[in-house]
Amino acid sequence: MVKKILSYIYIYLILLVTYLPILYLIVYSFTGATITGQWSGFSFKLYGDLFKNKEILTALGNTLILALIASLVSTIVGALGAIGVYYMKNRTRKIVESINQVPIVNAEVVIAMSLTVMFVFIGQKIFQGKSIFSFYTLLIGHCTLAIPFVYINVKPKLTQMDPSLYEAALDLGTTPTKAIHKVIIPQIVPGIISGFVLAFTLSLDDFIVTAFTRGPGLLSGEGQIETLSTLIQAKIKKGAVPPEMRPLTTFIFLIVVTIVIVRSIYVNVKAKKASKLLSLHKKRRIKLNEK
Amino acid sequence: MKDRAFRKSLAIPFALFLILFIIIPILFIIFYAFTDSNGYFTFNAFKEFFTSTTKLNVLLISVLIGLFNTLLCLLIAYPLAYLLSNPKINKSYILVLLFVLPSWINFVLRTGALRDLLSIILGWFHTTTGQHPLFCTMVGMVLNYLPFTILPLYSTMLKIDYSRIEAAKDLGCNPFKTFCKAYFPQTLAGVISASMMVFMPTISSYVISDTMSEGKIMLFGNSIYLSFSNSDWNGGSFMSLIMLVIIFLCMLLTGKFQKESEKGGSGSW
Repeated sequence: MVKKILSYIYIYLILLVTYLPILYLIVYSFTGATITGQWSGFSFKLYGDLFKNKEILTALGNTLILALIASLVSTIVGALGAIGVYYMKNRTRKIVESINQVPIVNAEVVIAMSLTVMFVFIGQKIFQGKSIFSFYTLLIGHCTLAIPFVYINVKPKLTQMDPSLYEAALDLGTTPTKAIHKVIIPQIVPGIISGFVLAFTLSLDDFIVTAFTRGPGLLSGEGQIETLSTLIQAKIKKGAVPPEMRPLTTFIFLIVVTIVIVRSIYVNVKAKKASKLLSLHKKRRIKLNEK
Repeated sequence: MKDRAFRKSLAIPFALFLILFIIIPILFIIFYAFTDSNGYFTFNAFKEFFTSTTKLNVLLISVLIGLFNTLLCLLIAYPLAYLLSNPKINKSYILVLLFVLPSWINFVLRTGALRDLLSIILGWFHTTTGQHPLFCTMVGMVLNYLPFTILPLYSTMLKIDYSRIEAAKDLGCNPFKTFCKAYFPQTLAGVISASMMVFMPTISSYVISDTMSEGKIMLFGNSIYLSFSNSDWNGGSFMSLIMLVIIFLCMLLTGKFQKESEKGGSGSW
């Protein structure tokens, strides 16, 4: 019993410590005081300030637009790539997969540096010294981070697939494009979705690649594209987390928690359905055996 | 046959992307590492790196902090993952999910929040975060990388074959020996992958060390970032190349380890 209590204390103590920084921001989002650690009574003032803060709203917009486009592009390229590579010869597939593994094990700084050096070279030699850094270089950076992860999420679904279904569709007279659309893609949808979600979160969270490969564009107009990561980094280098960021943390936290709850309920319902089906199946088999 | 060619052609954008934005940039890094600003072949960056004590110090400190962080994360996460995977204590996946949940909140924001919180706590003891750069950096590192250590350990511990542990007990092992001979070897693969998930990102991290130590601790990642902001493409490329070599060596080492542990696992039973 004592052992069990001690175990729970250990688990919840560490859980508490990992949540403390976020909880601290959330708690202090409900006060008007702008200095960290000061409480000047309960107020929603900072929530109003957040929606008036152009800098943060611009960064938020940039982050979301970039994440959405980058994850869409990555999902399409990565998923189609996985389908194509699946039908290649074993040796070519192995080569492609080992190249795909490079950005996964590689350090983010090295990915960022290598892309930047290439973009600098292209700008100097091909565009007569003009900088080519823009939204597109940033997009390429984020896609480089995400595409390998989309690939490794889709690939296992392809290997689990029944290959004869595709052949059957062709035998029944569908065109290859339609067969891929109607037969292969529906079977790998879970992998595509998890790849998309991963790509999206990678893009949302990224700092280094963004800082290296960004240029002017998006909502920042003529200025360098600021995402939440680069904006917050610039702020916390000079001082505390800006007070308007506290309410934003509350929102992000609520969204994340909602997603996790909805997902775990969905998984639970699915598991229950599966176990129900299984027990039904077993009952039937017992009946058959009795006969 | 024609159909097979069509299916393969779906991979063309993917293959092009891999070549253009993964292989060629790495070739660019190698090219820049061994040329000067005019594009002539030179060993300047090489000489500069290996004769500069500050840069070598940065490398040494990065490796030491990386090892220290890996050790701390493992020491905290191993018992934690054990408890979480133990069906007597925790049956649901939700608790594990709770440990991973913070990593979905922007990590720069989390790092900033932690720094502010630490400065308040240190304020109670009449010091500041700036006076304890190493302590603050380590706290930041451990908190950030803990979820990445818990997950691989947890997933290997779920698959543990408890009959081996029973067997060890029946054969007269004390708890300590049971752990060393029957439990730990089964989790070795998880320990190795967890270490990799922590060690390499720590060396090349930028935001955590820069924020938590207020610029006082330079890691390899900070060093590369610095050469980027100074537009020192040759020096930066050379350091990136070194980082690549370190990663490659680590992969080689762990690959060997994992193979051996698999062999040992199947051979002894």
